[in-house]
Amino acid sequence: MATVFQGLGATAAITAAANPLDSNKLLLSSRRSFPGKKTSLVVVRCDGSLNLNTGSSAGARRLDQLVTNAVATKADAAAASSASKPGHELLLFEALREGLEEEMDRDNRVCVMGEDVGHYGGSYKVTRGLADKFGDLRVLDTPIAENAFTGMGIGAAMTGLRPIVEGMNMGFLLLAFNQISNNCGMLHYTSGGQFTIPIVIRGPGGVGRQLGAEHSQRLESYFQSIPGIQMVACSTPYNAKGLMKAAIRSENPVILFEHVLLYNLKERIPDEEYICNLEEAEMVRPGEHITILTYSRMRYHVMQAAKTLVNKGYDPEVIDIRSLKPFDLHTIGNSVKKTHRVLIVEECMRTGGIGASLTAAINENFIDYLDAPIMCLSSQDVPTPYAGTLEEFTIVQPAQIVTAVEQLCQ
Amino acid sequence: MASAFSATAKFAQPLPLNTTSSARSQDKLSPPALFDPFRTSSSAATSPFLGSTRQLLCKSNRPLSHRRSSSSSAVVAVSDVKQKKPKSSSNLLITKEEGLELYEDMVLGRSFEDMCAQMYYRGKMFGFVHLYNGQEAVSTGFIKLLTKEDSVVSTYRDHVHALSKGVPARAVMSELFGKTTGCCRGQGGSMHMFSKEHNVLGGFAFIGEGIPVATGAAFTSKYKREVLKEPNSDHVTLAFFGDGTCNNGQFFECLNMAALWKLPIVFVVENNLWAIGMSHLRATSDPQIYKKGPAFGMPGVHVDGMDVLKVREVAKEAIGRARRGEGPTLVECETYRFRGHSLADPDELRDPAEKAHYAARDPISQLKTYMFENNLVNESELKAIDKKIDELVEEAVEFADESPVPDRSQLLENVFADPKGFGIGPDGRYRCEDPKFTQGTAQV
Repeated sequence: MATVFQGLGATAAITAAANPLDSNKLLLSSRRSFPGKKTSLVVVRCDGSLNLNTGSSAGARRLDQLVTNAVATKADAAAASSASKPGHELLLFEALREGLEEEMDRDNRVCVMGEDVGHYGGSYKVTRGLADKFGDLRVLDTPIAENAFTGMGIGAAMTGLRPIVEGMNMGFLLLAFNQISNNCGMLHYTSGGQFTIPIVIRGPGGVGRQLGAEHSQRLESYFQSIPGIQMVACSTPYNAKGLMKAAIRSENPVILFEHVLLYNLKERIPDEEYICNLEEAEMVRPGEHITILTYSRMRYHVMQAAKTLVNKGYDPEVIDIRSLKPFDLHTIGNSVKKTHRVLIVEECMRTGGIGASLTAAINENFIDYLDAPIMCLSSQDVPTPYAGTLEEFTIVQPAQIVTAVEQLCQ
Repeated sequence: MASAFSATAKFAQPLPLNTTSSARSQDKLSPPALFDPFRTSSSAATSPFLGSTRQLLCKSNRPLSHRRSSSSSAVVAVSDVKQKKPKSSSNLLITKEEGLELYEDMVLGRSFEDMCAQMYYRGKMFGFVHLYNGQEAVSTGFIKLLTKEDSVVSTYRDHVHALSKGVPARAVMSELFGKTTGCCRGQGGSMHMFSKEHNVLGGFAFIGEGIPVATGAAFTSKYKREVLKEPNSDHVTLAFFGDGTCNNGQFFECLNMAALWKLPIVFVVENNLWAIGMSHLRATSDPQIYKKGPAFGMPGVHVDGMDVLKVREVAKEAIGRARRGEGPTLVECETYRFRGHSLADPDELRDPAEKAHYAARDPISQLKTYMFENNLVNESELKAIDKKIDELVEEAVEFADESPVPDRSQLLENVFADPKGFGIGPDGRYRCEDPKFTQGTAQV
């Protein structure tokens, strides 16, 4: 179901499927009403637009359109059975597939290429069933040759197709770095604008469940300097489908980062068509005291920390930046101007990660609005260990987020 | 399919999958790899370490030709076939018109590159400039058989490929001078020649980078035919690259994929024996590149790349194969660059005797001789072409000289096809809507 929150500090609840993200129970379906406060709930989608009563809201969202006390509903009504709600429920990987399938139906130049995307259905089931429907040439099983088939996708994009290249794991795309950097990012420019490269490169990355160092990489930090590409990271079924569709329709090369542990998130998404804006950030939880910027899986660690923080009396504003390159400095800036404190929570390495760039961008643009130095919580500069306990220590945990907020808000 | 090649050039056919002992016997015809080119030469001291290539090349001059004469296989070289032909007009490989077209194209390539060298030393162009002198037969022999919709993918040695494909000389020269009227608005330079109109897909600075792109273009051609059901989609892609690239992973990965999916592509190896200062023989365990085709399931052909007519014959067959949907071909053209690797290369490593040997096989002279001997043209007609090309190249230089340099406003224009990719600025507007954006002074 859609993210539910109250304008005045409610808890955020996200349902997920049987496979929990974390051993701590991240999610709950109970809602509490604070004594003395109006029990007004607004069911708002992650993108900040109103519920389906008001119709579809493809892509359009701005902070000022958010109405915080529109519909007063009873708490338990919102937890009513899913059958009565509009939209349909699905898991994140199914949302990706739905977006992909819709785009392939809409434009027959859209094709997929990657390892095991066809007959196997994708190692994370994102392309399951598509080869049967669209044929082996449109959903192409490639040999294990990332550099070459990424380059092939680029050549196909230059000559009129709209390919989606899947890296079975984002880390494998390191082998395609030559093609992604030199050709994907640069050919539009070096050809003087003659050739466009409407390619989407996607795949799961991030730290999983004891997958080992090489399967737990965060490539967004390596790719962020490449000129000419856009990078987005999805985090919910809603924005996964929306970003997938937007990326496919974009004339620019787009790298879509998914996360290995988020594929089984469940959410109710609209039946009608929508896309998410590639360049915009997503307001997850408006607040007053501090701006927390995050993306991908860390969003959920932040939201879990937010519960604790709210109990302690803090009011964090949580923004899922979604667009890793370019940054949505408007949404971020408005938030900084309101709260004057920034905490960045990311899964990238400390050195040279997205957080580092974001810190620099905010300092450059909004230094006058900051009451405290920007704090950035990133993963340790360590190859992700196999041992579960060590792996937990490498990434940012909710407790650290709580501590950081308390520190910043002193 | 096999017969068309075997009469014209050294040819290696992919083995059927279930051969065992027959594979062995076929191997005997093509001698074992590593030291073969030197073994056959009577005076070659075959020390395991290849050491000075100078010595080796002198002693085993044209190793491949020696082996040809001693080989007992059925395959013969193109030159042998040609010499046996009676000299009557009905057996000629080209008509007069074709001959003039080939001659003009090669002279254009040669004059253009010579002019590039002049302009470089006069400070009109900078950076890395790689000239094609001596290799014209490959470009002309192949590209003149293509239609406008067929694609060409090249390397950094791409000026002449672009010219052969039809990109105007003035556009290429302007690009080299870095002017806005260049084919890539001055943003690409010598190593990035692109033309959407003429389907020149680059121009790549790193070797091997273009081969997957060419494979992609061939994939599009097949996709258009089979998925989009466009009936006339039989466009062929040519990928040009050198001997050094043939040791690179991208080369092998693409050979595999192209053969696997029977893509309409021809892989053209311009084996000029040198990768900057690295001799092909010192870098490659089995220097016979054409033999690597059959390993992936496609025919591998070796041809004398200094003879435009031989190249053209092989090209006809290879391009025809691709167009008919029979899949890719690997063509190794034995050729030579008369100048250094680039204009910055002092070219001290190559043996003067080797250079002289190939200079005697200058493709333009060879074509001239052929046309005179067969009474296709007379001296004045060729001189007229020479003059025309000289004027064309001079005019290209003038045009480039007079063209404007790019303005600051051009800096950000082509970074993204959709400039929304620059993102949303602090004021809430897309950065590209900022008036300073087009002036190139906006902050991104």
